[in-house]
Amino acid sequence: MTERETKKSSIKELSPLDVYKLLPRTNCKKCGEENCMAFATKVVNREILLESCTPLLEEGKYKKNYQKLWDILKPPVKSIMIGTGENAVTIGGEFVMYRHEFTYYNQTAIAIDINDEMAKEDIENRSKQIQNFIFNYIGRNLRLDLIAVRSTSGDPEKFAITIKEVLKNTDFPLILCSHDPEVMKAGLEVCNGKRPLIYAATKDNWLEMTELASTYNSPLVISAPNDLDLLSSLSSTILEYGFEDIVLDPGTFLGNGLGETINNLTMLRRSSCKRSDELLGFPLMGTPIVAWLENKETVEDIMWKEAYLASMLITRYTDIIVLHSLDGWVLLPLVILRDNIYTDPRKPVAVDAELKVFGKPNEHSPVLFTTNFALTYYTVASDIEKIDCYLIVIDAEGISVESAVAGRKLTSEKVGNAIKEYEIEKKVKHKKLVIPGRAARLSGEIEEVTGWDVLVGPLDSSGIAKFLNEKWYVGEIAPK
Amino acid sequence: MAGKKREKGQLRKGSENNFFATLGNFQELELENVDLEIGELELWIQPGTGAVTIQSAEQKSKPSQIIKTKYDSPIMEYPGKILEVILGATKGEGGSRSKTCTIGGEITLPYYNFESNMPNPPVISFDVFDTKIPLAKPVRMQVEEVLEDPPAWAKLSVDKFGAEMVNLHLISIDPLIKDTTPKDAAKTVENVLQAVDVPVAVGGCGDPSKDMKVFEKVAEVAEGERLLFNSVTLDMDIKKMANLMNKYGHVVIAFTSMNLEDAKELNRKLFEFMPRERVVIDTTTAALGYGIDYAFSIMERTRISGLMGDEQLQNPMSSGTTNAWAAREAWMKMEPEWGTREQRGPIWETVTALTLLLAGVDYFMMMHPSAVKTVKDVINNLTKSKISKPEKYAEWIKMKI
Repeated sequence: MTERETKKSSIKELSPLDVYKLLPRTNCKKCGEENCMAFATKVVNREILLESCTPLLEEGKYKKNYQKLWDILKPPVKSIMIGTGENAVTIGGEFVMYRHEFTYYNQTAIAIDINDEMAKEDIENRSKQIQNFIFNYIGRNLRLDLIAVRSTSGDPEKFAITIKEVLKNTDFPLILCSHDPEVMKAGLEVCNGKRPLIYAATKDNWLEMTELASTYNSPLVISAPNDLDLLSSLSSTILEYGFEDIVLDPGTFLGNGLGETINNLTMLRRSSCKRSDELLGFPLMGTPIVAWLENKETVEDIMWKEAYLASMLITRYTDIIVLHSLDGWVLLPLVILRDNIYTDPRKPVAVDAELKVFGKPNEHSPVLFTTNFALTYYTVASDIEKIDCYLIVIDAEGISVESAVAGRKLTSEKVGNAIKEYEIEKKVKHKKLVIPGRAARLSGEIEEVTGWDVLVGPLDSSGIAKFLNEKWYVGEIAPK
Repeated sequence: MAGKKREKGQLRKGSENNFFATLGNFQELELENVDLEIGELELWIQPGTGAVTIQSAEQKSKPSQIIKTKYDSPIMEYPGKILEVILGATKGEGGSRSKTCTIGGEITLPYYNFESNMPNPPVISFDVFDTKIPLAKPVRMQVEEVLEDPPAWAKLSVDKFGAEMVNLHLISIDPLIKDTTPKDAAKTVENVLQAVDVPVAVGGCGDPSKDMKVFEKVAEVAEGERLLFNSVTLDMDIKKMANLMNKYGHVVIAFTSMNLEDAKELNRKLFEFMPRERVVIDTTTAALGYGIDYAFSIMERTRISGLMGDEQLQNPMSSGTTNAWAAREAWMKMEPEWGTREQRGPIWETVTALTLLLAGVDYFMMMHPSAVKTVKDVINNLTKSKISKPEKYAEWIKMKI
C-alpha cells in the first residue's frame, strides 16, 4: 500500500498563494480589493466570495482555473440546503474539526417533531409555537429552524394530510420521517418543490428512498445505527447512483450507548476534515428525541436528558438535531450554546475602550463603567439602552468585570485615567460614579484616586434600571 | 482499505485534480471527455481521497445492491501525553484520606474512544464556602442548613451528594470581607479535613498577598495531605508558592485568565521550582452564554498542544464550573415560558460542565447536586463502548409520546 496522502484541502494548510496563482493576476480591482493578492488572502480567510472576481466567471480563458479554485476551496463537509426561499436552512459546509482552527459556519439546525396522529388544532398550535419561538440574546434573535413530521400511524394518507396541515401554519422547512417508501412518497407529493429532508434511507429501503430523493429533488438522510461500515457502504452506493445531497445519521443512543454516539460522530468528522474522506464528507445528524423512548421516567427527567444530550451533540459535530421538547428551559441553553460555539473565534473578544453615550444624557445623568469584554459590554449595553447615561468602557484586556478585578486588569488607576481622558468632568456637573457590583472591592481605591463618590451598583446589569430609579439623584433632590 | 476497482472508467469533470494528485501530480494533463482504460489496475487510494467516482463510460448503470465499503478508523498518533496528578494522600502516604483521586494521564483527545479510553475519569469536587455568601436560590435550597458551618457543609456534600472531593473556598480571608487570620483559616481547613475523608482542595480569596500568607499556614498544618491549592497566579511569588508545595507535599492549580501564552508562562516558571506532576491548569471557565466559547476553545487548544508535545501544557485541566451560576439565565426570574429557576439553574451548570468535559476538563468544581449527578452519569456512560440493541433507537420515528 502506498503511504497515506492527505489532500491539501484543510483550510489551515491553504495559503493565499495557492489561490493567487489561479487568479487572473491583473489587479483589476473589480472585486473591490487593492490587488489580486489581497483578494486571495480574503478568499482563503472566507471573508469574500470567490465569485466576487467577475473576470474569473466571465472570461472563458479562466474557466478551468475557476473550476480548480472551486475544488480547492470547497469545504470537506458538503453544505446541504433544506427547504427553499427565505426560511431555507443550510447545514454542513464546515471546513474544520476544531473551531479555533478557523471557524464553524452553519449552526446546528434544530428541528422539533410533530406526528401524524395529532389532532388538527394541536398541529396548528405546535407548528405556530415552533415557528414563533424566539429569544433575544445580546441583540440577536435566536430561533428554531425546522419541523420534523413523523409518521407514527404508518398510513400514507394520514402523513400527507398532516404535512398539508403543517404547511398551512408554517413556512419552516420540513423533515419527513418514515422508513416506508410508500408513506414517504405520499408525503413528498404534498410538499413537492419544497425540498424537505427525507428521513431516512436504511439498508432495507435505500434504493426506493434514493429514487424518491432524486425524483423530488430533496436531500436524503442515511441512517445506519452504530454501524459505520454500513454508513460508508450506503453513502458509497448512493453516490454511485448519482445522488449527492446526503446527510449522515450514525445513531444517537443513551445510557451505555452515549460513548458510542460521541465516538461515531467524532470519527466521522475526523474522516471528513482530517482525512478528506469524500464518502463521509456530509453533514451529521443527531436525534436527542430518543430520550422519549424511555417510558419509565418522569417527563421532567426525560426533558432533562434530552436537553443535555442535545448540548453534547451540538458540541460534538452534529449539523442538525431533532428534539421533542418545546419547553423554554430545555431549548434556551441549546440555542445559546450553538450560538456561542458557532461564533467566529477570529472576531476579537474585546470591544473598543471608549465613552459610550446612551439616549440623551444631560449634566445630571448617571455615569457608569464596565470592561471591554465583548459579552460584558453587549450585556450591559442591552440593559441600559433605554436609560440616558454615560458608560465608560475600560480597557481590561477583554475580560469580564469579576475576572478583571481578580486579575488586576481593572484598577482604580484605569478608572481615574478614563475619567480624565474622556473629560467626564466637563460633561456632567456631579461627581458620582456608579460602579459594577462585582467591582465593589475597588470602591475605596476609586474614591481615593478619582476624588469622585462611588455608588456600588447591582451585581448584575439587569438591575441597573431599578437601581438608578431608587438611588440616583443629583444635588439635594432625594430619591423617590 | 477501500481501494476501488472498476473495469473501465471515465473521469468526471472536476475530479481530475484529486485523482491525479493521488496518482502523482500530473495536474496539467487535459483529460476531460477522454475514456480511460484502467483495466485491472488497482488503485490504492485512501477512502474518498478526492472524488474517485470513476464512472462507467457508457450510460452508467445504477447500483441495485449495496456496494460494500469498510470504514477506516481515522486513528492518529500523538507524540505527547497528559501527566497524571494525584490528589489527596492516605495514611500510608503521609496524609489521612481514605482514598486518593488521580486525574489526567490521557493519551488521546477527550472521549476519542476509538483511539483509547480515558485512563482516569474526571473528578467532581463540591464547592464549600467558609462564610455566608450570596447563592442562587436553587443552590441555596440544597445547603441552607449548613451555610455557616464549613465542616458540616463538606460532610453533607460527601454523605448526601456523593462528592468525590471537597473544594473549600476561604473567601472570608479577604481583607474586604472578614479578613480572617491565617491561623483561623487554617483551623477551618483542619476541621474540614476531620469532617470528611475525601481529598480536599483549598481556595483563597483572590488577593495575592493575603492568599500567600494563608496558604503558608494551611500548607504547614496540613502537611502531607496533598491538598490541591487553588490557586497560584502570575502576580504571586511563584518560587515561594512552589517551594511551599514541595516542602509540605501539596498540589497546586495554576490559574490564568483565558490566555494560552499566560498559561504557558506560568507553568514554565512553576516548573523551574517544582515537579510538573504537582500542577493542574485552570484557564478560566466562563458560563454558557457568557464566553463559554472562549473557555472551550482555550481548553481544547491546551489539550491538543499538550498531546502534540508542548511540555508547558501537559497538565490535567480544572474548571470552576460553578461560574455557570453567574449567568442570569441560571438565577434570574424570567417569563413563565422559560421555566423556573430551579429548572434553568441546574441545566445551565450541567450544560456548561458537559461542554467543557468534551474540551478535556479533568477536575470540576461544581455546586448543584442534580448537575453533579448528571455529569457523573455522563462520564460513566462515555467510557463504555457497548450498546445494547442500537436498532431499537431507530424506533423514535414511530414512537408515541
